[in-house]
Amino acid sequence: MRQRDIQLLALIVFLTVIGAWVVWPDNPGLHIHWGPINLDRDIDTHLGLDLQGGMQVLLEADVPADFSITRDSMAAAKSIVENRVNGLGVSEPLVQVAGEDRILVELPGIDDPERAVATLKETGLLEFIDAGSTFLMPGTVVKTDFGQADAGIPEPAEDLTPTERVYVSVITGKDLKGAEVYLDQYSKPSISLEFTDEGAEIFAEHTAANISKYLAIVLDKEVISCPIIETPIPDGKATIRGEFSLEDARSIVIQLKYGALPIPLKIVENRTIGPSLGEDSVEKSVTAGTIGLIVVLLFMAIYYRLPGVLADLALVIYAMISFALFKLIPVTLTLPGIAGFLLSVGTAVDANILIFERMKEELRAGKSLNMAIRAGFSRAWTSIRDSNLSTLLTCAILFWFGSNLGASMVKGFAVTLFLGVVVSMFTAVTVTRTFIRVVFSLTGERLREKKWLLGI
Amino acid sequence: MFDIVGKRKWFLLISLLLIVPGLVAMVISYLQVGTPVRLSIDFTGGTLLELQFEQSVSSEDVRRVFTDRGLGDTSVQMAEEGRNAVIRTKPMTAELRVEIEQELEDRLGSLSELRFESVGPTVGREVTRAAVIAILAVSVVILGFVAFAFRRVPHAIRYGVCAIVKMFHDVVVSFGVFGVLGLLFGWEVDALFLSAILTVIGFSVQDVIVVFDRIRENIPRRRGEKYEVIVNRSLLETLHRSLATQLNAIFIMVAILLFGGATIKQFIFAILLGMVTGTYSSLCVAVPLLVVWEKGEIGQLLRRSRKSAA
Repeated sequence: MRQRDIQLLALIVFLTVIGAWVVWPDNPGLHIHWGPINLDRDIDTHLGLDLQGGMQVLLEADVPADFSITRDSMAAAKSIVENRVNGLGVSEPLVQVAGEDRILVELPGIDDPERAVATLKETGLLEFIDAGSTFLMPGTVVKTDFGQADAGIPEPAEDLTPTERVYVSVITGKDLKGAEVYLDQYSKPSISLEFTDEGAEIFAEHTAANISKYLAIVLDKEVISCPIIETPIPDGKATIRGEFSLEDARSIVIQLKYGALPIPLKIVENRTIGPSLGEDSVEKSVTAGTIGLIVVLLFMAIYYRLPGVLADLALVIYAMISFALFKLIPVTLTLPGIAGFLLSVGTAVDANILIFERMKEELRAGKSLNMAIRAGFSRAWTSIRDSNLSTLLTCAILFWFGSNLGASMVKGFAVTLFLGVVVSMFTAVTVTRTFIRVVFSLTGERLREKKWLLGI
Repeated sequence: MFDIVGKRKWFLLISLLLIVPGLVAMVISYLQVGTPVRLSIDFTGGTLLELQFEQSVSSEDVRRVFTDRGLGDTSVQMAEEGRNAVIRTKPMTAELRVEIEQELEDRLGSLSELRFESVGPTVGREVTRAAVIAILAVSVVILGFVAFAFRRVPHAIRYGVCAIVKMFHDVVVSFGVFGVLGLLFGWEVDALFLSAILTVIGFSVQDVIVVFDRIRENIPRRRGEKYEVIVNRSLLETLHRSLATQLNAIFIMVAILLFGGATIKQFIFAILLGMVTGTYSSLCVAVPLLVVWEKGEIGQLLRRSRKSAA
């Protein structure tokens, strides 16, 4: 046995052992604290939305057609949405910019998808407006002068209805330092706000000058509370009391904490999958995959005899290494992704078949075993490389298609197929070849006589 | 040896016969619903709502809730003896869906939501456009790739073109079959189907490259043999491998089809269909076409018909 074959064999065994450890369910993960290395990685299978249930939402910038959206403002919007998502407390969320003006949000395993979406998509612009001596009912939608450089001369208040008048914005959420939900002794929720120093000054001035006037609190142009200013408030702290539930209060606090969105967003796509559908799919896919794999293993063994059995071994190792990669990177597995993986298993055999057919030809032509092996592998390699390349190119295009449109199913499929093909090229050639060479170097040319074993 | 190449005219005829019913179905579909195949909401926009009821309900009852709210364009498909309902309608907001589910529950008994998908029309249009671009991109890339890989062979571009023609054949047959299935069973084409098509393209080219590769190898080795003999020999030499590979992939796909989850059944079927068509078309479309081209038989056919018309 050549030195190189032994080395390769050792490498393969090593990779197999590691692969098996990674693939093993309930893996404890990597926790290395040794010298300068501090590594804490959980190794789990990451399941996509269609397998664990959850929600996927595509948000689009809701602006007029001629408004140009800069990449910066999209990045700012994305990070605000991301912060809010984290505030929701979802495990493994995904927030990504898709295309030029869209944000993709994935919330696996979420309980209350509607509220989550509302929290994320609302702009979150908080304003305190001077309502003068008019009490505004909570729920009224008003116009304010925020963001308008020249609001013009305000009309006299008596001539306009509350919804037509443009109110003056005294202070906004930009000047907020913090927001918290606060439960009073009756467990009624309220929101306590703290302004920055500049904000506190403005607030103090306005409250001192407007005692007994209404100061309406407006969120996204809708009045949520309308208290009377009773005393001046010098310390920059305010409380919003109103008729809202604890969940409402939490939503509002999340929106306020991370800032208002620079661009308004609207929902253009919304997909929710219940978890029961997902569990069912996982089970069925595992069954199907196992059955398919067994059939393939049997076929290879029967049709190609001894080399077929060796290829089967290589195939099992291939499946394990691929799956280990999925767990390590990690790759989020969707149902089509699993199908892609299984498909790549089916085609991992292809390379082996190419090689074996070549080998059989060389053997039939009378070459020695050694020559046949060598010729089989080297001749088939160009075919393997060229043909797999076309699949890889297709995967790249599919990946582009999936990421630009927020179609994570398509993306998942492209990724698993791509990885599967790449790994298969390695295992089919290196692993199978090493196995064959090792076996044949142990048995020698005598094996050439046993035509039945070689499947000629 | 079995002369596939010699019988090429028959095989090309069979291919045409395969395509025609599909095309007819697509025309009928176009006349009926405006698209050659049934498109899912991924492309058209709209809402898909899948509900599981505790008690059996009728599709009319379900539909009424929607039409009462002005959503006239609603289709309801029942399964599992009236307990599973798949509803398709216009895009709707999450709030509306909560209201409708509440009303359905009040009227028809408790239910659970299995799936809710709502796609706005602009997204739908974009997906359609991107799908077309993707298919074109894959075609161009593959043409270039094949032409490059075979650049040292005389008339390299022919191989690329034959690969593309074969590829279009596979795509048209797939769409045709789904056109028929759309008419008969309401099967829809969604983003996953597109992935299936693109995958099939990738694999089917993979398949034909192996044959072309062998032809390329045999041409210098068998000088003196006529072209069609070399091609036929290459075909037979690679037949084993083609069938063995496809068989393995087909085993796995059939296993998933039979035992796998219901949601990807159509996707897997599309891949399976594509692979079978792909194997067939490598042998019986791409290769015969190559020979026909080489021998200038298309020109002969045209000249002969002109002569008989004269």
